[in-house]
Amino acid sequence: MSTLQYSSVGASKRINLIPTLVLFVGAAYCILPVLWILIASTKSKSELFNTAAYLPSFNGGLWENLTGLFAYRDGIFLRWAGNSVIYAVGGGLLSTVIAASAGYALAKYSFRGSKLTFRLIVAGVLLPSIMLAIPQYLLLAQFGLTNSYFSVLLPLVVSPFAIYLCKIYAESSVPDEIMEAARIDGGSEFRIFVSVGLRMMTPALVTVFLLQFIGIWNNFLLPFIMLSDDKLYPLTLGLYGMLRVSGGQAALYSLVITGALVSIIPVVALFLSLQRYWRIDMLSGGVKS
Amino acid sequence: MTTATEKPSTVLDSDRRTSNRLLPPKRKKLRSSALPVFLVMPAVVLMAIITVAPAIYAFVLSFMGRKVTGGLLGGGTQEIFVGLNNYVAALTDSEFWASITRMLTVAVVGVPATLILATVFALCLDAKRARLTGFTRIAIFIPYAVPGVVASLLWGFLYMPATSPIGGGVIDYFGSTTIFFSVANIAVWGVVGFNMIILYTAIRGLPAELYDAAQLDGASELQIALKIKLPLIRPALVMCGLFSVLGALQLFNEPTTLRPLANAITSSWVPLMKVYSDAFVTNNIYQGAASALLLVALTVGATVVVNAVGRRLGKANK
Repeated sequence: MSTLQYSSVGASKRINLIPTLVLFVGAAYCILPVLWILIASTKSKSELFNTAAYLPSFNGGLWENLTGLFAYRDGIFLRWAGNSVIYAVGGGLLSTVIAASAGYALAKYSFRGSKLTFRLIVAGVLLPSIMLAIPQYLLLAQFGLTNSYFSVLLPLVVSPFAIYLCKIYAESSVPDEIMEAARIDGGSEFRIFVSVGLRMMTPALVTVFLLQFIGIWNNFLLPFIMLSDDKLYPLTLGLYGMLRVSGGQAALYSLVITGALVSIIPVVALFLSLQRYWRIDMLSGGVKS
Repeated sequence: MTTATEKPSTVLDSDRRTSNRLLPPKRKKLRSSALPVFLVMPAVVLMAIITVAPAIYAFVLSFMGRKVTGGLLGGGTQEIFVGLNNYVAALTDSEFWASITRMLTVAVVGVPATLILATVFALCLDAKRARLTGFTRIAIFIPYAVPGVVASLLWGFLYMPATSPIGGGVIDYFGSTTIFFSVANIAVWGVVGFNMIILYTAIRGLPAELYDAAQLDGASELQIALKIKLPLIRPALVMCGLFSVLGALQLFNEPTTLRPLANAITSSWVPLMKVYSDAFVTNNIYQGAASALLLVALTVGATVVVNAVGRRLGKANK
């Protein structure tokens, strides 16, 4: 995007102070709470309340908290972490595959009902499905399907927004000429989808997967409604349960704080490591047209 | 829409891609193949199961109720048609309106704060000779990766007098008025970076020539930011506004998580919590279905209003 840099008439090497400062204040606002939790997790129960807030402790508090966390109720925290991985990776992959197929088909073919389907999907983007979580529960309860992995995964595997992004991206990045050439070479439509379509849509697929992964990992309301067995809880729900059990008493606070820290590490790590591959600018792509 | 924001693609993309975008694709239908239908089918079927079927089921439930039957062989309950009773009950329930008022109060604080901060950050990122923008951009985006529940836990501890490093001992962050700001702050913290990136990308998509001309005319950088960049990213701003309003309507995680810490938050503090408590705490699924559908109607209404306002603002700008 370097071509976008507008010409630097009379630009000097001086720092543009005001914007830089504003951004630093913004960064501090966003980072300090995370930093605080990092520091708080190094403190033992007694230190949490009576040592300086932004000074870490090196008296083995972190180790104590971590072992305490993983020993809590026979290691249920690890189980919650595993569940979160199942929900986020499973749901993320499934919804990416479904969105990629639908988006590609809607972008590159016109068939009976394709326009109507797309309109319905756009309508779906504007109606967050979480609004329907309780009706979803009521319906699944009719079939005795609540309180299961299935009940949390099912409502998350179709994301209208993901389909919309895939369609917009496929329209602009899968050229008809290449598809046509592949047809002349005798490739079947399915092969063209897999080897031309999906390959060219890779940046969109990574973006959609990450958005879905983060969305599901961070989801709370749906498992909150669907699940009663705490063995099926994801991390968010488990941590909330721990806080509620603590009932305003400080005994569990250090464990909750450490748990909160542990639960954000995978997402932040995944996000930072895939940062090169994903294209958040796609999100505003839909706005331009 | 015929705003200048359409232009970036013309400038950026090669001519061929631009013509692809502006003209309807010519050779879409090539030969009849079952593949596209096959590819769309899973999405359509699942959407029907996940959204249409529950909505219809809730619609039916919302007109039903339970009647206690006192037969000779012991009592039981029977599902009966009650017409609009559940809707009347929901709409005359003062707690339903109170939950909407509280949600709106949080929104009135949070939505403008999100949009203003995100816009300021995006313009600063795009400012010439701003330093370390790579670092600050990621830092401001990081909270988006933090689950709402964890963000609320985290801020909850920052607010809580016993652990607060930000003066929780002096300021009561869980007071009856401050709680709205406390909840709004958590929401803003979580989404400001996401909105910033959307707006920043929109700014980067603007054609550079616009600034050259303004610079030659002696416009300051601040003037360029406010008079050129800001009006041109209006579609992106409207989208951010829409997402923020939708986010406010979905408010649930933050107040629910803060509830064990803050007495000011009741079990039906915001509409989604109210729907939840109708359905599961009061154990009246019929009432819950009716209030869930009212909330859906409210969401659709809000979407229409935000779009209309965005369009009107656009006209006023021209």
